[in-house]
Amino acid sequence: MQNKTISKQRKAYIALMRGLMGISIVLTCALVLFLIGYVLAKGIPNISWELLSTAPSYLSDRIGILPDILNTVYIIFTTLLIVLPLGVGAAIYLTEYAKNKKVVAVIEYAAETLSGIPSIIYGLVGMLIFFQLFGMQTSLLAGSLTLAIMNLPTVMRTTQESLKTVPQSYREGAFGLGAGKWRVIRTVVLPGCIDGVITGCILSIGRILGESAALLFTAGFAHSLNGFFEGLQSSGATLTVALYVYAKENGEFEVAFAIAAILMVLTVFINLSATLVGKYFKNRRNI
Amino acid sequence: MKNRKQLLETIIHGIFLVLGLITVGCVLIISIYLVISGIPAIREIGLVDFLFGKKWASTAAEPSYGILPFILTSVYGTAGAIVIGVPIGFMTAVYLAKLANPKVKSVVQGAVSLLAGIPSVVYGLVGMLTLVPAIRILFHVPDGASLLAAIIVLAVMILPSIINVSMTALEAVPKEYEDASLALGATPVETYFRVSVPAAKSGIAAAVVLGVGRAIGEAMAIMMVAGNAPNMPSLFQSVRFLTTAVSSEMSYAADGSLQKQALFSIALVLFLFIMLINATLNFFLKRSKEN
Repeated sequence: MQNKTISKQRKAYIALMRGLMGISIVLTCALVLFLIGYVLAKGIPNISWELLSTAPSYLSDRIGILPDILNTVYIIFTTLLIVLPLGVGAAIYLTEYAKNKKVVAVIEYAAETLSGIPSIIYGLVGMLIFFQLFGMQTSLLAGSLTLAIMNLPTVMRTTQESLKTVPQSYREGAFGLGAGKWRVIRTVVLPGCIDGVITGCILSIGRILGESAALLFTAGFAHSLNGFFEGLQSSGATLTVALYVYAKENGEFEVAFAIAAILMVLTVFINLSATLVGKYFKNRRNI
Repeated sequence: MKNRKQLLETIIHGIFLVLGLITVGCVLIISIYLVISGIPAIREIGLVDFLFGKKWASTAAEPSYGILPFILTSVYGTAGAIVIGVPIGFMTAVYLAKLANPKVKSVVQGAVSLLAGIPSVVYGLVGMLTLVPAIRILFHVPDGASLLAAIIVLAVMILPSIINVSMTALEAVPKEYEDASLALGATPVETYFRVSVPAAKSGIAAAVVLGVGRAIGEAMAIMMVAGNAPNMPSLFQSVRFLTTAVSSEMSYAADGSLQKQALFSIALVLFLFIMLINATLNFFLKRSKEN
């Protein structure tokens, strides 16, 4: 009925827009499917137990990525250890302590600036600061410190968001019972922001896993097998850096695709857990 | 007793203040370090020769340090990525925000956030083995590692940011606007494009600017598909971006040499670009919030 009153021109416009939207959405989805399918198809056949469980050796002409896996775990662990107290603390300052609006604006602007700086610049400045100023060598620790600065805005933002959802009446109740500010933060505010901290962790892990440019100059690209403390002080490649080195410098595409497939699966896993965690805490809050 | 408690509170307040100011400290340190280490080479080479010199030959017998090719490549590459990526991302965002049923929406949104999470080296690897040979065969050029390959990879990489930010802006458009338009006889599609989109234009502009920032800052994926020869930009030629100029020579440039210092100067130029983009982004975000 209604269609009869619409002119041809308008019908053409509507059809055109619908068509363009259709093409775009199909293109986007096809792209994702292609990327996943291509990487998994090329990578999974190359994943073997030997690849996962050994270190590379020129003598036996063998490539193994165990050191890279361990380095990745070390870097994730160390970075989170550094960034969590800093990020959560900054968020608590902003929502609980800061009264001056200008200070808040400056801090938030700084955080936005940090999240806009490309990773290659972090790598460069990390190298300059930690090597020149603190006399470090290319090491996992230098890499972790660089990544900690990079992930600071993420942890800060997610924590801040969840702090905002802690009802003001909880705080007032605790104050009314005679608790001091620190006690209120410890017993009421901190437990309330646990979901923000977990989301921040997951997002940071995803970002650390995918990071390469910032690590190339700070953490280096050695493939030696190390324990945790030894590893922190020596140069080491994470999975992403190893992928880059194997593909670009050595032309070992089979290994590169195997690593890419592992990274792809981990990315899917991280995205899923971020969504699930978000849903879980939302439900709990609504009860 | 009371004094002690007060002292404790003050100390803790101080600790949190320091933690809060760490971000500001980081930004300051990064800026200062980049400026300090970027200035010497620019001084020695001369600002005009550095920025507008057309030839980069850092390892030649008579070295020449002109970064115009890198600047132009970064600008063209980013512009190309925006031209391809924005229309696709924008249309997808309108569909997802307004027309898609909830199930489709959540599936596609999941796919988009996956796209955002894929490490850039994986994009580089896939581009290197599919896009680069495809360009070589399709356009009959000797090597497919070119500006075009980089543009396509960048367009894909900025899609998630554009889709997500535009969607947020579109979803924030007050329902009354749309209802009024529908009541006046406009069809849903007309309403979304002629009422919702203009109402969300600041947010969509922010999405584009964010995409520009992502594209100009990307290094590793481009490193793998752009060929890295310091040519003036041309669609089918091997090119070097500001980011890849820094990373490709950093590992072998000798400490304290003019070459290494010039690399820091390139980073400074890149940083200034990024700060400019950030300021623009903030401007649009603020306006979008006020609306």
